[in-house]
Amino acid sequence: MNPLFHILSWFSALILSPLLVGVINRTKAFYGGRKGQPLLQAYYDLFKLLHKGAVYSQTTSWIFRAAPIISLSVALTALLLIPVMGYRSVLSFRGDIIFLAYILGLMRFVIVLAALDTGSAFEGMGASREMQLSLLAEPIFLTCLAVLAAGTGQLDLSGMIKSLWSTSTSQTNAAVLLITGALIIVLLTENARIPVDDPTTHLELTMIHEVMILDYGGIDLAFIEYASALKLWTFSALLIGIAFPFRAGSPHIDLIIGIGGIFLIAVMIGIIESTMARLRLLRLPQMMIAAAALSLTAFIWVIK
Amino acid sequence: MMINILLLSVAILTLGGISGALLKNSGRQGTFWGMAVCITGTVLSIIPAINILWTGRTISHQLAWSIPFGSFFIAVDPLSALFIIIISFVCAICAAFGVGYLKDYEGHKNMGVTWCFYNLLFASMLLVVMARNGVLFIMAWEGMSLSSFFLVMFEHEKQEVRQAGWTYMIAAHFGAGCLIALFVLLAGSDINLDFDRMAWPSSPFTAGVLFILALLGFGAKAGFIPLHVWLPEAHPAAPSHVSAVMSGVMIKTGIYGLLRVIPMLGPPELWWGYTLLIIGATSGILGVLFALPQHDLKRLLAYHSIENIGIICLGLGLWLIGTVTQHPFIAVLGLTGGLLHVCNHSIFKSLLFLGAGIVKHATHTLDIDRLGGLQKLMPKTALLFLVGAISICGIPPFNGFVSEFLIYLGGYNFISDTAASGHVIAAGIIVIISLALIGGLAATCFTKVFGIIFLGAPRSENAAKANEASPGMWFPMAILAFFCVAIGVSAPFCIRLVLPAVRSLHHLPAADLNAGFLPLLSPITLVSGVLFGFIIAVTLIRRRLISRQTVETGLTWDCGYVAPDARMQYTASSFAQPVIDMFRHILRTQRHFQMEEIDFPRQARFSTHTFDLFRNCLFEPLFRLSDTVAVWLHRLQQGRNQLYILYIALTVLVLLVLTGR
Repeated sequence: MNPLFHILSWFSALILSPLLVGVINRTKAFYGGRKGQPLLQAYYDLFKLLHKGAVYSQTTSWIFRAAPIISLSVALTALLLIPVMGYRSVLSFRGDIIFLAYILGLMRFVIVLAALDTGSAFEGMGASREMQLSLLAEPIFLTCLAVLAAGTGQLDLSGMIKSLWSTSTSQTNAAVLLITGALIIVLLTENARIPVDDPTTHLELTMIHEVMILDYGGIDLAFIEYASALKLWTFSALLIGIAFPFRAGSPHIDLIIGIGGIFLIAVMIGIIESTMARLRLLRLPQMMIAAAALSLTAFIWVIK
Repeated sequence: MMINILLLSVAILTLGGISGALLKNSGRQGTFWGMAVCITGTVLSIIPAINILWTGRTISHQLAWSIPFGSFFIAVDPLSALFIIIISFVCAICAAFGVGYLKDYEGHKNMGVTWCFYNLLFASMLLVVMARNGVLFIMAWEGMSLSSFFLVMFEHEKQEVRQAGWTYMIAAHFGAGCLIALFVLLAGSDINLDFDRMAWPSSPFTAGVLFILALLGFGAKAGFIPLHVWLPEAHPAAPSHVSAVMSGVMIKTGIYGLLRVIPMLGPPELWWGYTLLIIGATSGILGVLFALPQHDLKRLLAYHSIENIGIICLGLGLWLIGTVTQHPFIAVLGLTGGLLHVCNHSIFKSLLFLGAGIVKHATHTLDIDRLGGLQKLMPKTALLFLVGAISICGIPPFNGFVSEFLIYLGGYNFISDTAASGHVIAAGIIVIISLALIGGLAATCFTKVFGIIFLGAPRSENAAKANEASPGMWFPMAILAFFCVAIGVSAPFCIRLVLPAVRSLHHLPAADLNAGFLPLLSPITLVSGVLFGFIIAVTLIRRRLISRQTVETGLTWDCGYVAPDARMQYTASSFAQPVIDMFRHILRTQRHFQMEEIDFPRQARFSTHTFDLFRNCLFEPLFRLSDTVAVWLHRLQQGRNQLYILYIALTVLVLLVLTGR
């Protein structure tokens, strides 16, 4: 694969990912009959935050300051592992799926520690919930990838997604349909969207991700917000690569199709957020179990 | 030559240890003597072991020694050499730590005796991995159990320590009993207990029975669930550097035993692999699950040892299943992953236990909910503990990830093999789901441990008064932490130290192995490098941006409340509560809540206890039953000699009747 393609796909992610947030918010505004905030609001926010100083809590230590840096670095690295529409990613190797899942675990680990570093009960609460949900999401994510491994005989994401649609059978198609459902739930969970988490509310008691970063401001908050946007991009790119069956055959056209698909997912998230209420916390494990059942069914289907 | 140096090391440790116990005035002197003996032993054992591992040869030696059925037959192959290196390395590091740790006890405890048992434990572990004769092996094994028993009993004036010691003693002897049966049955009618002369069992049935005996015998040492009950008792009772040795290396001798005995049982069968896999999955998941609600840091770490033994077993299960189903590459992945995890776990677990020792030393408590904010008071310890915590969760770019990655790959390879049968695919998915669940739970547990102990504000006066440990204590930890990072980022190189041991169990050409692992592991190094690069770049960008701005400090945002108190923080119990609640049917955490029954109660008490399910629901009824039977048998025992003579006469009579027929 030519380097131009890699550079284009990486930079489009870097530049366009905050736009996803704008698209989600616009979709929600449309559903609510409002005009909504500008599409580029996330960029304005990031720009504003980057020009602000910082206020650190007396309780915090270097971990609180390091967490945004590590979090953003992980998001940037994860982006290099994701293949766009099945074209070989920059860092593609056998087992990159495992690396991807665990490196996102590093991101979560440091943010949770930073939340505990503030000594605030609210942030502790968010951290605790984040760990609870992610420990359910991780096996589902890895099972979904096991379905792809079983269906395609490949062990790297690029190879999986590439051969998924070049050698598709009705068996794998059905399995893909099922794991798409499971992966959407994983995506909503990992990116703190409704029905798992509410990114807009200011009631600390109902939040998970937002409450963990309550004490951040300025540059650090900008880093975290940007890292979250990149993470959403990463998951969406993965999902669209798996779920979207058509390929134009030319890398650059496929890249455009892929980016279009990623924005379609943003619209879908907006629709989900407009039409659903946030689930009660106690209900969330049940939803995750449903996702686990979907992924296991897909697995049984694909090995039959 | 090499074997003589190794024997010399064992001899020095044994004799030096014993002579240390004979020292008259055993304060500092005893400590330094014990330490000197330990270091000499380490140097003398680690050099030949590295040589043997590097050259990949096997050397054996027989000493003149006469004991019924026994011979002093020892040999060192790369597998033994790997274990010798781990044992010596961890024992030396923990001994260096122990010098500082035991300072508090000098004067009222006999240091010479403590160090004597420490060195005897070291020597017997070396002998266990070198012995090639059943009798010698059992003797070394017993020596290991007994010396560690005395180390656990260090603070024997405490009731709970004595109780822990006895639990350990019973578990150890249950295991030893199974091993004696195993070796006697293996020897058959030939009654020769030299390992290389033992023939394969005659029938698959016998082999199966022997396999189960090996699982029970070695599993009791390694801590397979449900034989793990002694671990969460004995580890908290022992001094921290001893817990580090016991958890880091001693329980691994159980894994070594399995690896040594399984090839002696003939060609493996599929169900062996499955049994190991299921043991691995249950020990792994239940181990970490029971770790989560623990309040005592060392008890929590002990449960994590069970979890990691589970991960190692998953690897060994893949090895056997891969061997039986003709997937040599997957078999090697499982075995290598398992063996590398043995090394990794011995490094990060001893690191964490030493960290717990420093916390205990500085604050005099191990109750997680009474600690907090130690990161500010002891930054070096905190950083080193953090390295251990990230490693044990299997997060890249640290060492725990590399071994888990190999086991994962084994699982995924089974699944992606389109020609594989259903059994094999099921094995693959079991490995993947259990590892994923273990990973998530471990991350929850260690964010809790690190976050609550080292971050936030101190929750008690003891925690607020903590001081940084002396260099003699944090430096040994720093060495361990260095290896956690080094193995993580230089995996393709470090794997070469494990591959000779793999080859002694699974015969494959060296070149093939090296060539097979290089492309698997070098991407980890590459991506870790990319990650480090990004971290440096982002740090520089942040530094530039923030240099133009003002940085202030303030209070943590508590919704406008301006007088935050350390007691308002989230505690370890509350952090773990949602997960504990999800698994309440397994954990059966008991809650005790007390509040005055008045309108404005002034105080309330709340506490939770999570007892070991297997201890309470399996072993306690079992031992109560045996107690009842023993009391009933008491009737036969009247304490009158005449009666006993009558019993003997009656028995002889019955035997005469039976044999005379």
